[in-house]
Amino acid sequence: MGEIIVIATQRDGELRPSSLEAITAARGVKQAGDSLAVVIVAADPQALAGGLSVEGVDEVIAVKASDDFQPDLIEAVAAELVAQRKPSLVLTAHGVDAWSFAPTLAARNGLGFATDVLALRRDGGDLVATRAGYAEKVLMDIDFPGKETVLLTVRTNVFEPASGQGSAKVTDMAAPAADIATTHEGWKPPADAGGIDIPGSEFILSIGRGVADESNVEQFLELADKVGATLGCSRPIADNGWLPKARQVGQSGQLAASCRLYVAMGVSGSVQHQWGMKHVENIVAVNSDPEASIFSIARYGIVGDMFEIASELENHF
Amino acid sequence: MKILVPVKQIASLDDQFELRDDGRDVDDDYFEKDLNEFDHFSVEEALLIKEAAGDAVEVVVAIVGDDDADDALRTALAKGADRGIRVWDDSLADADGIAVARVLAKLVEREKPDMVFTGAQSSDFGSATTGMALAGLLGWPHAAVVSHLDYKPGSATAGLRRELEGGLEEVMTIRCPAVLSIQLGINQPRYASLRGIKQAKQKPVDELSLDDLGLGDDDVRPASNVRRMYVPERGKAELITGTAAEQAARLAEIIKEIRGM
Repeated sequence: MGEIIVIATQRDGELRPSSLEAITAARGVKQAGDSLAVVIVAADPQALAGGLSVEGVDEVIAVKASDDFQPDLIEAVAAELVAQRKPSLVLTAHGVDAWSFAPTLAARNGLGFATDVLALRRDGGDLVATRAGYAEKVLMDIDFPGKETVLLTVRTNVFEPASGQGSAKVTDMAAPAADIATTHEGWKPPADAGGIDIPGSEFILSIGRGVADESNVEQFLELADKVGATLGCSRPIADNGWLPKARQVGQSGQLAASCRLYVAMGVSGSVQHQWGMKHVENIVAVNSDPEASIFSIARYGIVGDMFEIASELENHF
Repeated sequence: MKILVPVKQIASLDDQFELRDDGRDVDDDYFEKDLNEFDHFSVEEALLIKEAAGDAVEVVVAIVGDDDADDALRTALAKGADRGIRVWDDSLADADGIAVARVLAKLVEREKPDMVFTGAQSSDFGSATTGMALAGLLGWPHAAVVSHLDYKPGSATAGLRRELEGGLEEVMTIRCPAVLSIQLGINQPRYASLRGIKQAKQKPVDELSLDDLGLGDDDVRPASNVRRMYVPERGKAELITGTAAEQAARLAEIIKEIRGM
């Protein structure tokens, strides 16, 4: 009988929704007789315990500390649980916070380890995780021979958030001694959107690296205006300062939450970009590279030059 | 004062490719190799600190890879890094981020840098593991996905911002020395000048084996095992063919139809 531990995370006292996705991933490989515990470190962990007591969770472990993100402390908590309980599996969401504490935990404790896992199953006695490689062009099935404990981070927005009222017992755990090397100083919110509303737009025309030069951006602003779309962009365009960050679609930008039609021009379709738009029902990809991964999620594809298509398209509006 | 910048040579795939006979990786005839995109930003950040400090800073770039990886290392040297280190041993062929971190930890012991910058992730596998695993093995302060850095050589702390989901950033102070993983967009990476590329060929590169670092094969066993690699079944877009004018006409129809125009 084994134990699975999920490390939930919070930000400023609010539970990260991806914590519930990690619980779903855990439930999927929980076997008869296994117990599932979820640990949360927060200033008021009891207040978050209710939200984590979903169906299938046997125990919520509440660690009272600061709400500040302290990777050293989360790692120390997890290391103590690994040492005491010898779980077969530890799961957490592949969010930015996990990037700071999961690899240190795995390296220091000799755990089996894989990140950004998008599927998980058991094959007989073996745990088999699936992740992508070579910029999403291939998938890999991986296992962890000889590892007593395996730590996995699971890709966000892949597993459904766990729901259903559970009846987990809540256990208090004292925060272990940890040498905390970081101090939270505050937040820097995204720059003012200046009226640009990517999450609220039903129709987004988005440009990516294919636009090639800053001087080419203006014509797409005009095109978007003409066809009645909001102009969006991929990360490199915002990083270069060619368009404001408020127009960036993707994991570190905006979610195209209300979008029904997304026309992606010169966007290759990285995982981070897809995170913000792959749910859109009607995606049209315009790209000169027929192998661009954007075509694998698009409903319609145009293999062609984005500038030619853009100038022809204008004639119809 | 020294900043160590571990970099990676990443592999991207040709349009058409084949798997190796054992089915566990792509046949390496189909790879195009290049310096990891994130590493352009970590190298640049180290160079900016060096320049602001009036050159009293040594920037050392390190790579774990075979002869082939020399190109990526020279790319980093051509931007202005002072010297390079390349570590290779055939037993590193299956190394993952944690195994590479074990090698880098030995390099840190040897080089005694004041800071270590890595890329936040590699653009081929995106494991986001190596830098922070290194910090764990060293027991050093660490922060991942750093999007802004205020650091002066010799200071006991650095101010930084790490980029979170949705464009929010957290402002924090970190004790130094530290390992930081650097996010895209933290700076505007320079291109190497022709002179820089020429000079890079002359710059010293230490070539080390695992043995030189006091490591054995057992120390670099990966934390996972690839059973098989495969090409996923992908959704197929309905292709709109024809001349650009015809394609655009159809796109206009689609837009008008979905927009109810």
